[in-house]
Amino acid sequence: MVIHIQYFASLRDRLGRAEDRLDAVGELTVADVWAALWPDTPWPPNTLTAVNMEYASPEQMVRDGDEVAFFPPVTGG
Amino acid sequence: MKIELRAAPFDPLLELGFYQSGLDERLPGQYGATAIFIGTMRDSNQGEAVRGMTLEHYPGMTERHLQRIVEHAATEWPLLDALVLHRVGALRPNDPIVLVAVWSAHRAAAFAACQFIMEELKSKAPFWKREETADGPRWVEHNTPG
Repeated sequence: MVIHIQYFASLRDRLGRAEDRLDAVGELTVADVWAALWPDTPWPPNTLTAVNMEYASPEQMVRDGDEVAFFPPVTGG
Repeated sequence: MKIELRAAPFDPLLELGFYQSGLDERLPGQYGATAIFIGTMRDSNQGEAVRGMTLEHYPGMTERHLQRIVEHAATEWPLLDALVLHRVGALRPNDPIVLVAVWSAHRAAAFAACQFIMEELKSKAPFWKREETADGPRWVEHNTPG
């Protein structure tokens, strides 16, 4: 399956890229997606996640074609 | 109901007047209370001078969550209408960031719904601020509590 990944704001700057793509087999959670892409980078504290533009927990399962986003706490308004 | 992201500066009072004149035609004589909140960019934050700011957002998710927040408010209070405008892109001090306006028959619902929408927007809508300071750019790590 293919997962599309997006990074925003300070997290994107720190990682040095805005998007990723993950080709994977088997069952994956959001946390597994991070670990597969960034094996040497522990989950950054306070990072929020969304799956298909809905807030998600790190334990949420992802499916083929999903868009997974990682971003820092929001600061609008 | 109108919810929009704006990439260019806007005048919140002109927008409010224009929108409310349309409301006068659609809902004549119905609203007795209009509550508004306008958020404006300051020239300092956390003790440092701020020259400018960039507001980033997550296209699609931001609009969806703003819509949901306003719909949620409309289930909690008897609202007649709501208007939410929020800037994205490059801002300078004194530029309006956000306008929230709600119309209701009475003030209690209007005040409460306006505050609810603003607080929910602050905690759930995916926007991020990057400030330009004398030491270079810095990301705002969290919002002030109130």
